[in-house]
Amino acid sequence: MKNFKQLFISLIFFGILFSNLFANDNLQNKIYKNLRCIVCQGQSIADSNSDFANTIKSVVNDKVNEGMNEKQIYNFLSQKYGDWILYNPPLKGNSYLLWILPYVFFIIGAIVLFFLLKKTLKHKRY
Amino acid sequence: MRKIILSLTIVLISLIILILFLGLKTKKIYDTKDIIGKPISKLELKILNENNNFNTADLRKNNFTLINFWASWCAPCKKEHKHLISLKKKNIKILGINFKDKTSNANEFLKKLGNPYYLIASDQEGKTSVSFGVYGIPETILVNKDLIIVKKYIGPLDKNDVNKILEIVNKK
Repeated sequence: MKNFKQLFISLIFFGILFSNLFANDNLQNKIYKNLRCIVCQGQSIADSNSDFANTIKSVVNDKVNEGMNEKQIYNFLSQKYGDWILYNPPLKGNSYLLWILPYVFFIIGAIVLFFLLKKTLKHKRY
Repeated sequence: MRKIILSLTIVLISLIILILFLGLKTKKIYDTKDIIGKPISKLELKILNENNNFNTADLRKNNFTLINFWASWCAPCKKEHKHLISLKKKNIKILGINFKDKTSNANEFLKKLGNPYYLIASDQEGKTSVSFGVYGIPETILVNKDLIIVKKYIGPLDKNDVNKILEIVNKK
């Protein structure tokens, strides 16, 4: 019974330990995927094995271990390398167009489609 | 009705052309414009050949400091070295940050080509250099006494860069 209790406590302990490790690993991988390797052609930090990418991975690991959250790490790196290092650029003055245009396209497209359909249905009725 | 559809189509096409035009104009490489005017991080750096550390806050003692990232294995660093020596002769304080290098090789490099640095820090893992926005070497940053980045050079310095640095330093 005593052994079973010890085994149970050990399992819980290692369970918590490994879940934390895996949670950190997932967070780090998520961050790597959202960072552009600025010395590579169209690769993220996660995809690249370049010297720069490996250094950034190492810095991200350190920052996660220091307790920084995802947003703080992106802020830190964008301060050093500019928004170019981020795959999801933040909403700023010069990126408004980038964020707004898809919605503008969608609305204009919907209006055009609405009028075209309206016209087609009107013709079909007669 | 036809007029509305026509004008909406024209607006849509104009927007597509605008996006393509902006896309062509966008620089697809990292440049230094984001880092100019920002302060450098206050960091503890390990001094090369010593067991002591150096804090970047100490750079406030200099009116201007040129921070040069270099390594003995870096061929362009050899190319720019003579320009660093000439800047040293003009009393420019140069802090060297030895990047991912072996200490013995770094010492050999300086013995052979001369030492332009008033202080040399070591960044063997290259992590400290990330705090300066470095992504390859050689890179050089000119900071003022408020530790604000005035200019950043990616790649080896040339004669024009030396003149520009002297112009900035002597102007203020």
